[in-house]
Amino acid sequence: MPAWLTPRRIATVLAAAVLLVFPFLVDAFWLNTAAFIVIYAIGALGLNVLTGLTGQVSLGHAFFLGAGAYTAAVLGGTYHVMALWWILAAGIVAAICGAIIGPTALRLRGLYLAVVTIGIVFIGQHIFTNVTWLSGGPPGRAIPTPQFGLAFTCPAEGCALNFDQPQNVGGLTFDKNGMFYYLALLILVLGMLYVRNLLRTRPGRALQAVRERELAASLMGVDLFRWKVSAFVISSFLAGVSGALLGSLVSYVQPDFWSLILSIQFVAAMIVGGAGTIWGPLLGSIVIFGLEPVMQKYAQSLPLLAHGSGGGIPVSSATHILYGVAIVVFLVVEPLGVIGLARRAGRVLQRRRIAAAPAAAA
Amino acid sequence: MTTFFQLFVAGLALGCIYALVALGFTIIYRASQVINFSQGAFLLVGAYLVSWFSLDRSYPFAVAALLALAITALIGVIFQVLVLRFTVGQPVFTVVMITIGLNIALEGSVPALFGSTQRSIGDPWGSSSVSLGSVVVNWDSVWTIGVTLLILAGFFAFNRFSRYGLAMRATAMDEEAAMAVGLPTRRVHALAWGLAGAVATVGGFFLAGFPNSLTPTSDAIALRAFPAIILGGLDSPLGAVVGGVTIGLVEELTAGYQPNNAAWLGTNFYAVAPYIVMILVLLVKPYGLFGRRPAERV
Repeated sequence: MPAWLTPRRIATVLAAAVLLVFPFLVDAFWLNTAAFIVIYAIGALGLNVLTGLTGQVSLGHAFFLGAGAYTAAVLGGTYHVMALWWILAAGIVAAICGAIIGPTALRLRGLYLAVVTIGIVFIGQHIFTNVTWLSGGPPGRAIPTPQFGLAFTCPAEGCALNFDQPQNVGGLTFDKNGMFYYLALLILVLGMLYVRNLLRTRPGRALQAVRERELAASLMGVDLFRWKVSAFVISSFLAGVSGALLGSLVSYVQPDFWSLILSIQFVAAMIVGGAGTIWGPLLGSIVIFGLEPVMQKYAQSLPLLAHGSGGGIPVSSATHILYGVAIVVFLVVEPLGVIGLARRAGRVLQRRRIAAAPAAAA
Repeated sequence: MTTFFQLFVAGLALGCIYALVALGFTIIYRASQVINFSQGAFLLVGAYLVSWFSLDRSYPFAVAALLALAITALIGVIFQVLVLRFTVGQPVFTVVMITIGLNIALEGSVPALFGSTQRSIGDPWGSSSVSLGSVVVNWDSVWTIGVTLLILAGFFAFNRFSRYGLAMRATAMDEEAAMAVGLPTRRVHALAWGLAGAVATVGGFFLAGFPNSLTPTSDAIALRAFPAIILGGLDSPLGAVVGGVTIGLVEELTAGYQPNNAAWLGTNFYAVAPYIVMILVLLVKPYGLFGRRPAERV
């Protein structure tokens, strides 16, 4: 085997190939689920920069997603701005919110920061519920479907590329879910490349130094204010983009959508996937955000559950029980997440190869 | 003034419930340096058990309450012994995530076991009330405040004077040193989880008393108790109590006065007021009012 063909590279190429052709292999349910997962993974990637890389635990992620979604709603819905601009603006507005909230992390450590960020979710929900021009108040508000064109705005009759109308490209048909999937995948891949580069450069090293030991980092000349705020800004930018796409795919959201539960799911996705890694957020999102729709789909074939009017355990509570138990068991068995499992498998393979090598040489 | 006293008593009663929930958080934080996100689920399961024993099985209320206490304490101990024991040395947030997992599973099991309809807790004092001058106080509030005071006194006595209290304090200060001098730290951890489960149940059944009732989402209160623990400082039981009562008062007084005096703050502002107080306090004292600032070494 040539030296450049490492198991890691093979795995990356295989994963990329699967991600690229996935929409053509599955039906609408799976494609819809996959589109959601990739959108969530963008948000999880953002949280990973803040929590996995920099060690600042935030349970306020849902607020930044909400900020992005409502930016999209106002720009795209009220002013008919072209989708590229409202997706960018969603990230920027969320990033500004992150820059405002970031400095609190300078004074607070660990779990104190985590609880304060819970406060941000609740205060955010209060604002979203009460500021009706922004969010539509408790009844909720529609978030536009992306429309891409060459002009700055997209008139009501639509731009060249409207996600609501299926597109034909070279004999392949892309429906709404498919287009969302590829758009989100493109953004996710750009984000992952960015994080990959970040990990290996000076700023990334500074962020990791803050995670490992803040005081030591600052004594060695890492500017805590600058890097903590930067981590918040990067993280919120990705959250905002994720929120805009999420709201758009859901198409209509109420203020309580941006809840603590959503934040917790992001933290779960990040930890289950593998905190501080590049592929972790996507892997974790597949587990955390894929489990629920899949279980709901297959609930009919599980024993003990309520079918129609009959007795038994309601589907939603069975989903919760399984979901909770899965998180507990998984993290006890493999605290480093899916990436930890993959690394373990990698080590086993390597040991086998080393064991096989002398035999081949002889 | 009547309105003020009325709100004050209601705030005190609510604050006592927060104090009980916060005490549970603090006990576990001191033992294992994690915030137990399943505290709300313990509260919910405990309250449902009380309701089930007293209404469905028609046991006397005191028996029902004691049985529920014993069961939630047992769930806490079992969880610590079977699950958390294996997570020693893992990152704090992995452990916190495990407690979140437990919370989701327990929350899901409540509608599965008890149905999702609203139910009453089956307390003997029900909706009766007593008048003190022009202020009307529910018996439920009186019991809440009284029992909370008893429990807090009991906990502080246990913590201060008993052998296990001493062991708990020693473990909280320095776990390795405690192990080195031969303290049963495993048993201390299990005890902490048992105590936290039991305390949560007490909070749960007072929470579900008049004028509230029990629903599968009653555990949202645990989220509202977060400002209480942070306000007091995560590692201080006294702080938990002061924080809990403060938050209870802030919430009730805001609910009473804000709609007429500061309507521009929006509806249901009382629900976020505790968080705003928490953030303001933390900006001044980053480890809470009574928390210790840990010494930092490089």
